[in-house]
Amino acid sequence: MKARVTVTLKTGVLDPQGKAIEGALKSLGIAGVDSVRQGKVFDIELAGHDAVAAEAALKTACEKLLANTVIENYRVEIGA
Amino acid sequence: MKAAVITFPGSNRDGDVAKALKQAGATVAHIWHADTELPAGTDLVVLPGGFSYGDYLRTGAIAGRANIMDATRAHAERGGYVLGICNGFQIVCEAGLLPGILMRNADLKFVCKRQHLTVERTDTPYTNAYTKGQVIDVCIAHGEGNYIADTETLARLEGEGLVAFRYADAQGRVTAAANPNGSQNNIAGIYSPKLNVLGLMPHPENLIDSLTGGIDGRGMFASLMSGKRAA
Repeated sequence: MKARVTVTLKTGVLDPQGKAIEGALKSLGIAGVDSVRQGKVFDIELAGHDAVAAEAALKTACEKLLANTVIENYRVEIGA
Repeated sequence: MKAAVITFPGSNRDGDVAKALKQAGATVAHIWHADTELPAGTDLVVLPGGFSYGDYLRTGAIAGRANIMDATRAHAERGGYVLGICNGFQIVCEAGLLPGILMRNADLKFVCKRQHLTVERTDTPYTNAYTKGQVIDVCIAHGEGNYIADTETLARLEGEGLVAFRYADAQGRVTAAANPNGSQNNIAGIYSPKLNVLGLMPHPENLIDSLTGGIDGRGMFASLMSGKRAA
């Protein structure tokens, strides 16, 4: 079973890396870029086929390590 | 005083801080991160600077979950001293021993320079050898030193006098221009509520010998050796 965990900065948390990327995109002349916020994606292979248990395990993983909930939100998606 | 200096994969200031501690009169044990126990009678646990785990995921995140951190947490809960310097500050925040987080420097640049700090209070186990209102000249060297906490936490830190050091100019003025990394309220270091845990980004262990730039860092190690508990 595959899963994807996405970790993003909470609204209002300053994101200097996102700002720098935004500046670079604008300087490349990419049209229509208003703002950029950067984050992290984790693609995780899971043993077993219990999607509910997998989601619970990954939420624990996010709380314990993958995200720092002081500044970050996370989203867990269970795939095929 | 018995100190235990923890080495993680990627720590690189463990030797320097051990030297500073020995100079001040401590006995120093070097402990590996995968160990589960601190030596009996440990008074002070030091998490040194460096780049533990290559700063993967977030600075200090993986080290903050290392085996030895359970023993370190228990030590802190018993009132034992825990000192996190630079990467060590990032680690204690990630381990939940201090609130908030160190984010990428606001201007995205690694900053390595001399830096003045205000010593916010001198009645703590880490600062009693400094004089009230003293401005000290130490070093900073970090890419992620931008201290961030939520509004409530920040108000609590300020209200309870838990800010240990602030970035300042040579006259002790805490200004935006003297802030090297964007930290809220120019915060360079903070205490736990019982003042036994201190995390700071600057490196006092760099400034312990006039041959190599100054001795303003000695006060912190001398304070710890004085045996004065928190006021």
